[in-house]
Amino acid sequence: MADEIILLDFWPSMFGMRVRLALAEKGLKYEYREEDLWNKSPLLLEMNPVHKKIPVLIHNGKPICESLIIVQYIDEVWCDKSPLLPSDPYQRAQARFWADYIDKKSALSFWKESLEKPYFGGEKIGFVDVALVTFSCWFYAYETFGNFSIEAECPKLIAWTKRCMERRACRLLWKIHTRSMALSWG
Amino acid sequence: MEDVKLLGAWPSSFSYRVIWVLKLKGVKYEYVEENLFNKSDLLLRYNPIYKKIPVLVHGGKPIAESIVILEYVEETWPQNPLLPKDPYERAVARFWTKFEEHTSPTFFSFFQSVGEEQERAVKEAKELLRIIEEQGLGEKKFFGGEEIGLADIAFGWIAGWLRTMEEAVGVKLMEDDRFPRLQAWIENFKAVPVIKENLPDHNEMLAYFKQRREMFIGSATS
Repeated sequence: MADEIILLDFWPSMFGMRVRLALAEKGLKYEYREEDLWNKSPLLLEMNPVHKKIPVLIHNGKPICESLIIVQYIDEVWCDKSPLLPSDPYQRAQARFWADYIDKKSALSFWKESLEKPYFGGEKIGFVDVALVTFSCWFYAYETFGNFSIEAECPKLIAWTKRCMERRACRLLWKIHTRSMALSWG
Repeated sequence: MEDVKLLGAWPSSFSYRVIWVLKLKGVKYEYVEENLFNKSDLLLRYNPIYKKIPVLVHGGKPIAESIVILEYVEETWPQNPLLPKDPYERAVARFWTKFEEHTSPTFFSFFQSVGEEQERAVKEAKELLRIIEEQGLGEKKFFGGEEIGLADIAFGWIAGWLRTMEEAVGVKLMEDDRFPRLQAWIENFKAVPVIKENLPDHNEMLAYFKQRREMFIGSATS
């Protein structure tokens, strides 16, 4: 039986984009449903009665909520390709710690210090990269609309963003996203 | 076997979470009591980001943030599992564990504030307890089902700390018979041998909370 995957989302959401990225990394087909957050669908209210928020992944009728929990779920179910979390428990703990940190606070000054390897996940894109890369769309916005250069301030971070953009999944989503942002911000 | 050290502080419920899980899994560890008003160099070195307890140190490598620690302990010592095998059930357990975190500011506000702000916190706290009881626990004995799991550990403070907080503040959140399932859960949770043997002493904790409450009232009204 083929998997039925539905994603309830809202296009500018950084949290929704994490899930789209994870699904794309795993090469999964899914139905994207745009929610109007000022007129939430009965399905969203039924699938996430506690928070009534997107993103919500519905896999064969069962809802999973909270973006990082969804990303871990996707990683566990489709564990045969593109692992997002490392296999070593200590490294997994580090990844969870930093992803949680991103959720708690997103200080730019911190991130430019901590990037040692090509990706936060090491040699390959991982959980922390998925958690953070969606915010890089906002770097582009700051530069274009905020009139300051992130490249000058945090060259390592920009190099990392460019590296992520080498991945087809990231590039496609980023293109769609920034075009939509530009259109709506005029 | 690499040594395990836990940096904790009495009577922190975050500290106790890790103690419970280590004992449930039969993991030997050395406990180091931190003075949070005079943090050790060890703590500042092991948790430079938040400078908080608990911190687990395994073979010299530190892990901070209680839920991250619990997931690490679960993966490193798989006996007596706290998370189910099924990915969907795991996601549900993680959801409620995360929800517990979401409730913290309200309960802190209940304990630390006065007047209108506290009234708001009381109202919000009761709503959160209602959600926890009806949607988190439902008809189950534990959040984890028949046995305690990660979410039970995360909500453990409701079993061991909430009544003492209510007494120190002088306001009841879980009024008698208004939360029957959560009350039953509290009794069942406290009956688990490892939990029963590892709860802070009520009177000592009450004295401590009363002192802290006086301090918060003092700074709120000064």
